[in-house]
Amino acid sequence: MTLTIDGVYKQFGRFPALTGVSLEVRDGEFLALLGPSGSGKTTLLRVLAGLDKPDHGCVYLDGVDFLALSARERRVGLVFQHYALFRHMTAARNIAFGLEVRPRAARPSRAEIAARVDKLLALAQIEGLGGRYPAQLSGGQRQRVAVARALAVEPQLLLLDEPFGALDTKVRKELRGELRRIHDATGVTTILVTHDQEEAMALADRVVLMNHGRIEQIGAPAELDAAPASPFVFTFLGETNRLPCDVLAGVARFEGFAAPVICPARPADGPAVALFRPEDTRLDAGPHADGAPARVVEIRGRGPVRNITCQVLGGQRVIADVAEAAAERFEVGQRVHFSVRRVVLDAGEAARPGAIVEALAPAARLTA
Amino acid sequence: MSASTLPARSVKGPIPAVLVTLALGWLALIIGAPFATVLAEAFSKGLGTFLAAFKEPDALAAIRLTLLVAAIAVPLNAAFGLAAAWSIAKFEFRGKSLLLTVIDLPLSLSPVVSGLVWVLLFGARGWFGPWLEGAGIKVIFAVPGIVLGTILVTVPLIARELIPLMAEQGAEEELAATTLGAGGWTVFRRVTLPNVRWALLHGVLLCNARAMGEFGAVSVVSGHIRGLTETLPLHVEALYNDYDFVGAFAAATLLAGLAVVTLVAKSVLERAMPLAIR
Repeated sequence: MTLTIDGVYKQFGRFPALTGVSLEVRDGEFLALLGPSGSGKTTLLRVLAGLDKPDHGCVYLDGVDFLALSARERRVGLVFQHYALFRHMTAARNIAFGLEVRPRAARPSRAEIAARVDKLLALAQIEGLGGRYPAQLSGGQRQRVAVARALAVEPQLLLLDEPFGALDTKVRKELRGELRRIHDATGVTTILVTHDQEEAMALADRVVLMNHGRIEQIGAPAELDAAPASPFVFTFLGETNRLPCDVLAGVARFEGFAAPVICPARPADGPAVALFRPEDTRLDAGPHADGAPARVVEIRGRGPVRNITCQVLGGQRVIADVAEAAAERFEVGQRVHFSVRRVVLDAGEAARPGAIVEALAPAARLTA
Repeated sequence: MSASTLPARSVKGPIPAVLVTLALGWLALIIGAPFATVLAEAFSKGLGTFLAAFKEPDALAAIRLTLLVAAIAVPLNAAFGLAAAWSIAKFEFRGKSLLLTVIDLPLSLSPVVSGLVWVLLFGARGWFGPWLEGAGIKVIFAVPGIVLGTILVTVPLIARELIPLMAEQGAEEELAATTLGAGGWTVFRRVTLPNVRWALLHGVLLCNARAMGEFGAVSVVSGHIRGLTETLPLHVEALYNDYDFVGAFAAATLLAGLAVVTLVAKSVLERAMPLAIR
């Protein structure tokens, strides 16, 4: 099975939800559509499920025009953020629904349906809960039922729309692992929509990062980390610090140190704003160390990593992630030197660390 | 049903006690006393006279007509209510708020007007009156007029029960059912209808009670022909005007009894279902 999405446009009123999205989904892969709200990822999912029709563009599944099929005919399993379980049916009846509504000729026998429901309950690890109504299940259990229900019809494609969005952190992490296990056990091609970069990066084989209705970058999580295609990708995928710098021959120069620019590929020489990760920031306590002078103003965090905030000479603050053992060498008020392993140059888009871009106007074209 | 609402506090101190006493006293005065009067008056000459009131052919005809009118009006309103609520709650379309307002109109309209509009349309001097007369169809002062008047008065009752519930439930379950391969009719029968069955039942009972008890609109279009175009409420009035108090109150007991049966039926049906899916 190969799913080809070619030049899909979709506009809601005056809001362009998808502006020319092309993408190839490989057989059996686990793909994450990642992006801020309003980036078009859910619209793309709804187009694939047959709930929205694009204004232009094509979708082919193994060469068959997918858009010509109704939602009913597509054999797509859809899992919603709020589960959308049939509230008047038990978990088992929910799972059996897709089989029971088949036309008589294609419908499995009662015994076959019951056996299949049992298998799916076991796959989703909710054996023994088949007789419960949705109201009698926890959020995590409901989402397990919803996944089992979607898988019951042996879909060609499993689509999940923010499936863990309504769950608390602990259950979310647990279900994430479960979803990946279920994907690996069934081999069903899976597309997950999420705004949680950690979730996408932890789960997916490939991540499609979307912004303003178009794809910013497609790649394996490690590729996105190592070679971000734009400042947006870099800021969306993690925490970032900002500092002014001077670019010369592909290297960002700061007071006391320099760091290679990994994006854009051929940066223009001159003054710029550098973005860099706390984990790429190195602190040195020695009095004659290399790097830019700074002063420690705050030490926070627990577990293996401490977040140390420093104030540089210009007054800006920079956060460095330091391993727990190494962090013991630092204290608030101490003079230190810091340097950075790699930077991305900000193209001037309103993308700040952690900020979610929701501007309606199309973004300034980012030159790579 | 939902665990998020806090349980009510148990009654303590003088203020809750006063409020509860006031509420119960008010209900006793406004509902209990008249109800008791109806019963007392109906049985004032003994059970025999009470029962005799229902053996009269006119009374039997009134009962039959009332049941007939309800049997036509309630299913039609149920069908309309489902269709209207479905479209309002699950789809976006132009004129949606207008439809919502129009559905509510009969509630703010005097029932007399709800009757008169049909006379204006189909009466002897109404817009379609001469044409109907030519075709030999009698609407006003006949059963069709009574049915139309009743439907107009009761049209919002079922729709209004369903609209807020369907709007709250959204369309996701239907979408899920569709992607699982269910056709439109299957989705309606197996997902939408079961999800609103309690509201629908509640609406049907309410609509039925109102359809059987409607006086104003029916009074205008009926023509008060005994044994032919008199429903139970009209029959009660006619008997009362004839100083047949036992008969009037006996018939009134029947109407009041209907209200009680409606409430009992509702709570029995609700209790028969498991809590989790109510």
